[in-house]
Amino acid sequence: MPVYNESRKYTIRLIFISLIVIIILRLFTLQILSSKYKDLAEDQGMFRKVIYPDRGIVFDRKKNAILQNTNISDLMVTPNKLKGIDTISLCNILEIDTAQFRKRIIELIIKNGRSRPSIFEPLLSKEKMAKLNESMFKFTPAFYLQDRSVRTFPYNAAANVLGYTAEVDTNFLKKHPDEGYVAGDYAGMTGIERSYEKVLMGQRGIEYWKRDNKNRLTERLEKGIYDTLSIAGQNLYTSLDIELQELGEKLMQNKLGAIVAIDPKTGGILAMVSAPTYNPNYLTGSERRKRFSELFLNPALPLLNRTVSASYSPGSTFKTLQALIGLHEGVIETNTRFSCSGAFYGCGGAKPMRCLDVGTFDLRNAITISDNTYFANVMQRVINNPKYPSLDSALSKWNGYMHGFGLGRKLGVDVPSEKTGNIPTPAYYDKVYGKGHWNFCTFRSISIGQGEVDVTPLQVANEMAYIANKGWYYTPHVVDSMDGGDKYNLLGRFKNKIVPTYIPDSIFEAVHDGMQGVVDRGTGAGAKVKDIVICGKTGTVENYFRGVKQQNHSFFCGFAPRDNPKIAIMCVVENSGRFGGTYAAPIVGLMIEKYLKDSITEKPRLDRIEQLSKLNLMPPRIAIELRKQDSLRHSKDSAYLLAKGFLKTIRDTTGIDEDQIDKDELDKAKKDKPEKKQPLTDSSLSKSDAILPKEKPKPDSKKNKGKTKPDSKKNKHKSKSDTKKNKHK
Amino acid sequence: MYQKNQTISTDKDWITIWLFTIIAFIGLVCIFSVEFRTNDDFLKSLFAFNKNYSKQFFYLILCFIIATFILLMDSKIFTATPNILYVVGILLMISTFVLGKTVNGSRSWIPLGFMNLQPVETCKIFVSLALAKYLSRPETDFSKTKSQLIASGICFLPVIFSLLQNETGLALVYFTFLLPMYREGFPPVYLILGISLGVLLILTLLLPSLHLLIGLTVLAFLSFYFLRLKIKRNRSILMVIFISWAVSAVFVGLAVPFIFKHVFQKYQADRIFSMVGRDNPYVTADTAELTSPEIQAENKKAKTDTENYNVKQSKIAIGSGGLFGKGFLKGTQTQGDFVPEQHTDFIFTSLGENFGFVGCTILMLLYLALLLRIVFIAERQRSTFSRVYAYSVAAIIFFHVAINICMTIGLAPVIGITLPLMSYGGSSLITFTVLIFILVKLDSDRQMVLR
Repeated sequence: MPVYNESRKYTIRLIFISLIVIIILRLFTLQILSSKYKDLAEDQGMFRKVIYPDRGIVFDRKKNAILQNTNISDLMVTPNKLKGIDTISLCNILEIDTAQFRKRIIELIIKNGRSRPSIFEPLLSKEKMAKLNESMFKFTPAFYLQDRSVRTFPYNAAANVLGYTAEVDTNFLKKHPDEGYVAGDYAGMTGIERSYEKVLMGQRGIEYWKRDNKNRLTERLEKGIYDTLSIAGQNLYTSLDIELQELGEKLMQNKLGAIVAIDPKTGGILAMVSAPTYNPNYLTGSERRKRFSELFLNPALPLLNRTVSASYSPGSTFKTLQALIGLHEGVIETNTRFSCSGAFYGCGGAKPMRCLDVGTFDLRNAITISDNTYFANVMQRVINNPKYPSLDSALSKWNGYMHGFGLGRKLGVDVPSEKTGNIPTPAYYDKVYGKGHWNFCTFRSISIGQGEVDVTPLQVANEMAYIANKGWYYTPHVVDSMDGGDKYNLLGRFKNKIVPTYIPDSIFEAVHDGMQGVVDRGTGAGAKVKDIVICGKTGTVENYFRGVKQQNHSFFCGFAPRDNPKIAIMCVVENSGRFGGTYAAPIVGLMIEKYLKDSITEKPRLDRIEQLSKLNLMPPRIAIELRKQDSLRHSKDSAYLLAKGFLKTIRDTTGIDEDQIDKDELDKAKKDKPEKKQPLTDSSLSKSDAILPKEKPKPDSKKNKGKTKPDSKKNKHKSKSDTKKNKHK
Repeated sequence: MYQKNQTISTDKDWITIWLFTIIAFIGLVCIFSVEFRTNDDFLKSLFAFNKNYSKQFFYLILCFIIATFILLMDSKIFTATPNILYVVGILLMISTFVLGKTVNGSRSWIPLGFMNLQPVETCKIFVSLALAKYLSRPETDFSKTKSQLIASGICFLPVIFSLLQNETGLALVYFTFLLPMYREGFPPVYLILGISLGVLLILTLLLPSLHLLIGLTVLAFLSFYFLRLKIKRNRSILMVIFISWAVSAVFVGLAVPFIFKHVFQKYQADRIFSMVGRDNPYVTADTAELTSPEIQAENKKAKTDTENYNVKQSKIAIGSGGLFGKGFLKGTQTQGDFVPEQHTDFIFTSLGENFGFVGCTILMLLYLALLLRIVFIAERQRSTFSRVYAYSVAAIIFFHVAINICMTIGLAPVIGITLPLMSYGGSSLITFTVLIFILVKLDSDRQMVLR
């Protein structure tokens, strides 16, 4: 019988062999032909742990660190070790209830799994930290503290210049797709944190870790041979003088406005005060979100950097530039005289522009006493100069000068969200009035810095640097140099000396004389500092908010010392009322004294600082707005406000709004066109009472107001752009 | 003729012993790589008896002691005791219903203190011996249906208890005794039918039915072409080819879809497909309509998360090994515990990931060498008892290897059976040791006629 079945031993062997062959073939396809499994394995078995380097430190001109890093702890939890933890005392410390505690734990388990540590409470406050440290033994091993590096501002100053960092949102990720950001990363959102993000962030390191099925990191892959080290962010050296900045912020307390001080020799920004400001350390800790929405909803707009993002009509400070143009164009000479019998009548029947002092003035004196008629005549001569074939070309020439002086365009400062301001061009007037329907008399008010002309405080300060240097400037900038070299060539553009038009020194000397006169014996006497020759110019700017005339803005700009100027500075106090010399001039004086003498020691000067810083010039509309918001907060739930805060964050980070707004403005201006076409005979388009102070009301001022209604509308758009951020009511 | 030989060194089949040792050692290395982390202390953990590899290490030592004992025993004891042992084995299986301990959902374990004994596992030895004993009886005529029925009864009785214990996988092992029975004259039809049905079923699960139908048709034409001379002489072969093609086609094209669509509940069908790591292709339009897309997506997710998980992870681990593997202790999947039951049923994945295609092929060739060596040993026996026993051992090892490895690479459903000599576990390791060393002992006494 066995013999009979002898052949079957081969069959059995064949079965064995064929099955093993099938298995080997299958292994061949699985392991060698397909690469899918390798990717899958890498996906789940490996973890790229990103190591965040410390951000770069920012120093001021005296090498004081004004923005650096500090460690704050996160409370971490590993949910599967929670058994036997004193939950109640932990809840007491963290000021939450046990239901919240449970909810958070469940959320973390869903997000990260049971056995992987997750953040239970990020960025513990100092008080919580102190309480936790005492009783941490009760909560181990489920809870532990982990340090995290956050930004800190040792001087609590320069918030708007330095900016803040925040978690990136989807919008940000979309805009920077190839820069290695992932959700949860922090990036600079405003200020130089944003403009120097590339160098401040440093280079991230990557550690490859093995990961297990519960998403825990077990050990380094191959003992870390594939890892790349992180490189700390580059330190930045700025031209800011932090003490000057602090003084500026102190002086601007309880006011709206801005101060910009520039070193005219280098273009380095010495101080950049936007008032009101905020404590920059507010936006670093655990309360960040709450405080951010508070700041954002504040109608005084503390998050707006007024030095670059707000624009104002320059008022009389503009006259210095008109003088330069007039002299250079040869339409006047330094001893050319115009007389003012009370107003400018160069436009025939049109409403005359008033002047304060009646008399006949040469250029120097015209600047010193800020004579409207003089500069209206100067600009009229420039615009109607027979040298130029048409009104268009004359205005274009004038535009060319203004652009050269850095107005009507972005200067290219390294602080983000810079606005262009507005220097009206022929195209602009064509749009507003229609081609051929405008002439000098249409816009004569811009000759004294009112009307359509708009400048940012930075542009004014830069203009002062230009005048101080007698014809050149460097693009203003905050950052002078950086550790480890300028790899991305971020600073290159600040090294080019800009000489817009050659204007002889003698012309500048004349303007300087006039400006010195302003401080020595004119409207800017408040800026006087002992032993320092200051050249300055005051400005008092009419403005409107939602069509309602507001208190005047007070302007002062200048430079010092006259020979070998070291500081060019401007200050604007919004809606302060009175003259430019009343508030802005003394603030500038103190700033100049502080910078040039290094400290202010005399008792009367110190008293002046205290007096000015206590002075409250907040316009009443801010208080009204605040009250409105309070009632809103009661009626609407906080989620609504938070959502709004979120929207603002997006707008803050995108920066699209600037161009958008400019366009809107134009569109609205267009809409006003039909209204204005009718009285084209310039009768109602003037800004007659521009310079008239409130204290001297004239009998016809009421009539004027009625007549200037279309103008006030136009102004409304302008002021809207200043205050656009609180229009979301 | 019979000489009493007390030394164990002479006339043993050293090739088998070496193959046994090498495979068992590879198994130990694989278990080690599953559990060992580079910051553990190697020697300390090896002797601590708290890690699986240290336990396996001690089981292996125990196995060598048991092997030595078996080699020192008298061969006659194996021919004298099978019936009693068989009864004891059956009783042990029954006793699990009383004494049993539930491990992984099956009540098939008897706790012995230092280890757990699984009677279904050890019973394989007794059944092999009993089958050998029955077939080697002079009065057994295996060509008679009655003897065939009795032999089948001996083999399949444990299946019933095993099924009752919820150990489907181990129950299937007993069907492997068809192989030694086939060698002894059991009609081949059953074997062929069994194998081809099994293969066809697995293929229908693995491949889309259209591909399979094309493949079957090609196969029919090929066999027609190669057998054309024979067909000229005997027309009935053509009929056989045609009928088997038709039956297979109906099975694949109609029967299987019908069963999956209408006989099985959806969850049952899903479960069967998930055993091979595929999504159920027979989700009909009407059943799909009943459930909203969200629920479907959710179902799909839940399924991939739980049921397919084993096979998918196992395929990922093996597939990511590549040609040479990631290197010893460098497998991210193995070290990350991604494959469930990796030290027992899925031990092959650790080899696949760490040593790649080369390592896997070497292991498969080692198993093949062991199997062929056992067949070689079987064929050199003079006594039927030894030969039947040897074939039983080969069949058991073959079945375990084939099913276990096919299941890790997605060719067979996931049924919990171990990889011989490799998988962690005293019960399995000792069973295979005893099976193999009884064979070695019998082989060393092949000059004797054993009944």
